[in-house]
Amino acid sequence: MLEMRNVTKVFNKGTVNEKLALDNFSLTLEEGDFVTVIGGNGAGKSTMMNAISGVWPVDSGQIIVDGVDITRLPEHKRARFLGRVFQDPMTGTAATMGIEENLALAKRRGRTRSLRTGISKKEREEYKELLKILGLGLEDRMTTKVGLLSGGQRQALTLLMASLQKPKLLLLDEHTAALDPKTAAKVLDTTEYIINRDHLTTLMITHNMKDAIAHGNRLFMMMDGKIILDIRGEEKKRLTVEDLLHKFEEASGEAFVSDKAILG
Amino acid sequence: MNILTLFGSMPGAIAQGLIWGITAIGIYITYRILDFADLTVDGSMCTGGAVCIMMMLSDHNVFVSMLVATMAGMLTGLATGLFHTFMGIPPILSGILTQLALYSVNLAIMGKANQSINVDKYNLLVALRYIKGVPFYRNPIFVTAVCILLLILFLYWFFGTEIGCGLRATGCNANMARAQGINTDFSKVLGLMISNGLVGLSGALLAQYQNFSDVSMGRGAIVIGLAAVIISEAIFGRLFHNFGFKLFGVALGSILYYMVVQTVIWMGVKPDWLKALSALVVAFFLAIPYWKNKYISGKDLGKNKVA
Repeated sequence: MLEMRNVTKVFNKGTVNEKLALDNFSLTLEEGDFVTVIGGNGAGKSTMMNAISGVWPVDSGQIIVDGVDITRLPEHKRARFLGRVFQDPMTGTAATMGIEENLALAKRRGRTRSLRTGISKKEREEYKELLKILGLGLEDRMTTKVGLLSGGQRQALTLLMASLQKPKLLLLDEHTAALDPKTAAKVLDTTEYIINRDHLTTLMITHNMKDAIAHGNRLFMMMDGKIILDIRGEEKKRLTVEDLLHKFEEASGEAFVSDKAILG
Repeated sequence: MNILTLFGSMPGAIAQGLIWGITAIGIYITYRILDFADLTVDGSMCTGGAVCIMMMLSDHNVFVSMLVATMAGMLTGLATGLFHTFMGIPPILSGILTQLALYSVNLAIMGKANQSINVDKYNLLVALRYIKGVPFYRNPIFVTAVCILLLILFLYWFFGTEIGCGLRATGCNANMARAQGINTDFSKVLGLMISNGLVGLSGALLAQYQNFSDVSMGRGAIVIGLAAVIISEAIFGRLFHNFGFKLFGVALGSILYYMVVQTVIWMGVKPDWLKALSALVVAFFLAIPYWKNKYISGKDLGKNKVA
């Protein structure tokens, strides 16, 4: 479903701040894979996602989604393949527009926008039903401006938007990191529900090792723009946080230093 | 200081306010909806006026002339849009570049610094002279009000379409818009074109109203437009939530601005100082949200962060 071949991205090339963010990075995801991604700050996790989403062009390599080479497509044209949820709840929604309007925008992802109405009566009914799934009471606040919602509500809504047009690939970039633990757990439940319901191929970055272990069928760890650990299948099911820390030390030759990752 | 003189000058102020109201609506689209401080308007207003007057002087129909003036305005928006999206120049600078270029373009259109049009020889849609002693449907206040109403209806419809919603999303959150497959560059260019098209139309009406177009007629248009937007938000902000009414409020804001200007002049302030006064008033109102954040709700600064 996703194939990244030898993707390299260097930031601030030729300056003292030069940073090799993706180092000949290759990755293949099968259809229906739910992959969790961990790694320290600056490991290249978000860079990998931004490379897929097309936030900027990569320096070299190839990115293929569902058999289509998207390496040179601009960001908005890749959107038809991708559902995205970001770390900052502000990023995924349009604050000055209503809940239903945000959903209507997402409904048209990958379609040509015309002078037809931006949201039809029929859609409104559909959205109302879909919002009930979230269990947040948003179905009764369809015209409320999204800016008035809490971070958790916005992330749940963004998830719904990302899955409204079934994406070939769902990209979750630490989408619960900015939420309090209780809300984060709830959003993660919704995530799991939507992924299972629609059988979505998913890449989920997380800071939380427990979450990375509890979810998905494959886990990989990144460091310095490379995958240093790749665990899947039965091995992943038996994995514990201690195992993971141990494996990390083995693979990287240094201790994992992030309280948040261990305690979170 | 005869109060009757003030009252007598009010119809003129209202007509002028309405004509500028169209510019203000254009500025509302870029400044508020698209989040793009577009300085093109200082030049495109004159472009609209110049094109309209020159077309009429060469015996074109007034409506055709105004249509072409609107399209000329849209082209100026296109220029700014391409400076920004295609060449990566920051919004304000893109507008300034177009504005500067338009100074030459406007002179070229008119052939000299100003062109006047004789109200007796040409069939103008609006003119200062028609403010009194004509049937109501010839009165510039009526004509312009109808014009604004039609424009608001059009914009209300447009911003409810898929493309219009895409434009609003672009202004609100460009990252989100792109993630939803919206071509934000296209949205920005289109928004700038619509906005400057309105400004061009406004210039065409203003030139007819004052019976001449002048190379400096749009100077400070951005500030006057912003003043109208700010006045409308201060007065009608809590009243109007519907998008159509908001646009209507901007037009009212523009009328209020010109009524205040007229009053200030009546009180004996030299018209030369009007621009400085407008700039200060607008600066003050622009500062209010900043001050509010800094001095009043400073303790709650974290409240915009996520829960």
